[in-house]
Amino acid sequence: MPRSVFPILSLLASIVCAVPTDACARQVFDLVAAVATAQPGDTVRVPAGVYAWPTVVIDKPLVILGSGRPVLDGGSGDHELLRIESDDVEVRGLAFRGVRRSFVEDRAAIRVKEASGCRIVDNRFDDVFFGIYLARSRRCVVEDNTFVSHSEKETDGGNAVHSWHSTDLEVRNNRMEGFRDGIYLEFTTDALVMGNTSRRNLRYGLHFMFSDRCRYEDNRFESNAAGVAVMYAHEIEMRRNRFAGAWGPSAYGLLLKELKDAVVEDNRFEANSVALLVEGTDRSRFQRNAFDGNGWAVKLMANAGDNRFERNVFRNNTFDVATNSRRAYSRFEGNFWDRYRGYDLDRDGTGDVPFRPVRLFSLLVERNEPALMLLRSVLVDALDVAERFLPVLTPDNLVDEAPLMTEPAVHATRSDPRTPLAQRIERP
Amino acid sequence: MNTTQRIALYQARDALRSRWIVLHFLAYLAVTEGMLLTGGASVKAVVGLVNVVLLLVPLVSLVFGVMRLYDARDFVLTLLTQPVRRSALFGGLYLGLAVPLAVTFAAGILVPFLVHGALGGETGVRVAALVGCGVALTLVFTAVAFLVAVRQADRVKGIGLALVTWIGFALAFDAVVLLVVTAFAQYPLERPMLVAVFLNPVDLARVLLLMLLDAAALMGYTGAVFSRFFGSVAGLSVSVAALGLWTLAPWLAARKAFVTRDF
Repeated sequence: MPRSVFPILSLLASIVCAVPTDACARQVFDLVAAVATAQPGDTVRVPAGVYAWPTVVIDKPLVILGSGRPVLDGGSGDHELLRIESDDVEVRGLAFRGVRRSFVEDRAAIRVKEASGCRIVDNRFDDVFFGIYLARSRRCVVEDNTFVSHSEKETDGGNAVHSWHSTDLEVRNNRMEGFRDGIYLEFTTDALVMGNTSRRNLRYGLHFMFSDRCRYEDNRFESNAAGVAVMYAHEIEMRRNRFAGAWGPSAYGLLLKELKDAVVEDNRFEANSVALLVEGTDRSRFQRNAFDGNGWAVKLMANAGDNRFERNVFRNNTFDVATNSRRAYSRFEGNFWDRYRGYDLDRDGTGDVPFRPVRLFSLLVERNEPALMLLRSVLVDALDVAERFLPVLTPDNLVDEAPLMTEPAVHATRSDPRTPLAQRIERP
Repeated sequence: MNTTQRIALYQARDALRSRWIVLHFLAYLAVTEGMLLTGGASVKAVVGLVNVVLLLVPLVSLVFGVMRLYDARDFVLTLLTQPVRRSALFGGLYLGLAVPLAVTFAAGILVPFLVHGALGGETGVRVAALVGCGVALTLVFTAVAFLVAVRQADRVKGIGLALVTWIGFALAFDAVVLLVVTAFAQYPLERPMLVAVFLNPVDLARVLLLMLLDAAALMGYTGAVFSRFFGSVAGLSVSVAALGLWTLAPWLAARKAFVTRDF
C-alpha cells in the first residue's frame, strides 16, 4: 500500500468502524506499513484485534508493543508471522496463532535472524509449529511468554523456544506445553535458562547439545514424554530445577551424555522411570539433589568417571543406584539413603557401616531385563540381603563410606506463582 | 439354612472360640498399624504390606488349613455317620475356615487404614487391590491345604508337606524362574515370563500389585509388555479369572478326594 494512502484509509475506516471489531481493526492497522514508516528507535503500538498479515519483517531497531493483546493470525498457516532481522528489537504483548507444521522448513511464529539484543517479552503462542526460532543471534532475551501447542506426534512437532548457534541467550519465566521439545538449544553458549515451566511436551522438556557454559536454574520440567536430555557440553550448571513425571520406557528425568565438568545441585527428581542417567560424563558434581519415588534414582554407566555424589537424598526409589560394571569410577560420599540400616555409635552424624547402594537384583536386571518380573519377590529380597553381607557380583568399591543418618534439608524448588501447582504428577 | 451353611457356621463359631482367629486378626492389625505409624499413610505403607501379605497369607492359610482338618477328624467322623452328604460337609468345612480367615485378614488391614482416614483416592484403590489379592490367596491356599490334608492321613507328614508347598510357591518357583531367565538371557523372554506368572498364584498377585504400586521400574521394554497386558481390561479380567481358577482347581481336587476317601 502506498504510504500516502494509508492515513486516509485508516481515517475512513475509523469513521465507518465506530466499534473496533476484528474486521475493522484489520483494515485500520497494518504493521507492515507501520514498520516501514517508523524511524529506528520508535515504538509501534499495535491496537487490539485479529490481524492476518503476511510475514512482518522488522529490519530496524523498534519496539513492537501490543495493547489489549492483538492477535497475529497465520490464516492458512503457510508462512512465518514475524521476522526480526535487526539488532535491538523488542516485541511485547502480542499473541501469535496459526502456524502450520511443515516438513521442509522450520516455520516459526517469530524468527530471529542474525540479530543481537532482541527482547521477546510477554507474548502468547497458540497452535504454532515452532514458537521462537533464534539463529545466529546474540544477547537475546525471551521472557514471560506462554507457548501452547497440540502436536500429536513427536515426528511432526516443533519446539517452543529453539536456538541455533547463538550466544548469551536468556530464557526466563516462560511456560511451554505440548511441543516436541520445550526448550531446544544447539551450539548455543553462555545461555541462562531460568524459572521456566516446560510440561507435557512430546519429547523433551529441555534438550541441548554442544552448548557450553550454560546455566539452568529454578525450572520445572514435568510430565514430558522423554524427560530432559542434555548432551555434548562443557561446564554447564543446573540448580534448583524440578524433574518430574518422566514416566515410560526410555524416559529420563535428566539424561546426561558426554558432559564434562557439569554441576548438578539442589535439584528435585520425582516419579521418573529413571531419574538421572549418567553416561560418558566426567568430572561432574552431583550435590544435595533429592531423588524421591523414582524407578531408578541414578543409573551410572561404566563410561562415566570422576564424578562425585555428595549429600543427595534417596527416598522411596525402587533402585537407588544401578550400574553396568563391576568397578565404580565415581565416588559416593555422605548421601542420605532411606534403605540404610546402619548405626552411628560415635554420634558424628554419619553411619559407622558403609552403605552399598547397588542391589544385586538391579545388576541382574541390568544384564537381563525380563528378570524385573521378580521385583519384590521374597527370593530376590533374600538374595539382596545375602549379597549385601558378602558382595560377590556388585561393584565392591561403589560404596558410600559415610552415609548420613538424618535426612538433610534439600533446597525447595521455587514454585511457579502463575499456575496452581500441579503437585500430583500424572502417571499414564 | 442348608447343611453346608450350618456346618460352616458351626466351624466358624468354633474357630472364634479357639481364639487363634482373633490372634490372626490382631497380627495383621499390628503389622498394618506399625507400617502406618512409621511410614505414614502413604503408598509406602501399602508397598511394605505387599511383602507381608505375599509371604504370610499363603503360609497361614496352608498351616491353619492342614491343622484344622486334622483337628476336626473326630467331628468329621461323627458327621459322616449321620445322613449328611459328603460334598456338603466338605463345603461347610472349607467355608468355615476360609471365610473367617479372609474376613479377619481384610479387617486387620482395613481397620487401621480407616482409623487413619487413609482410604481416599489412589491409596484406597491400592489398599482395595491388596486386600482383594490377599483374600484370593487365602481362598487358594486354604483349598490347597485341604487337598494336602485329605490326601495325607499322617498329621506330621501333612504339615511338612504344607510347608514344602509353601516354600515351593513363595521361593522355589521364583528361583527356577530366575535360573531360566539367566540361562536363556539371549532369547526374548517377555511372553514366557507372562505365562510363568500365571503358573503361580503368589506371583500373579505380586505382579498385579506391582502394576498398581511401583511400575516405574518395570517401564522398560519388559515393563511395557507387562503393563500393556495387565493394564488392559482384558488382561485384568484374565488375571482375575486365573486367580479364580487357581481357587477352583485345588478345591475341586480336594472335594473329589474327600468324597471318595475311605475314612
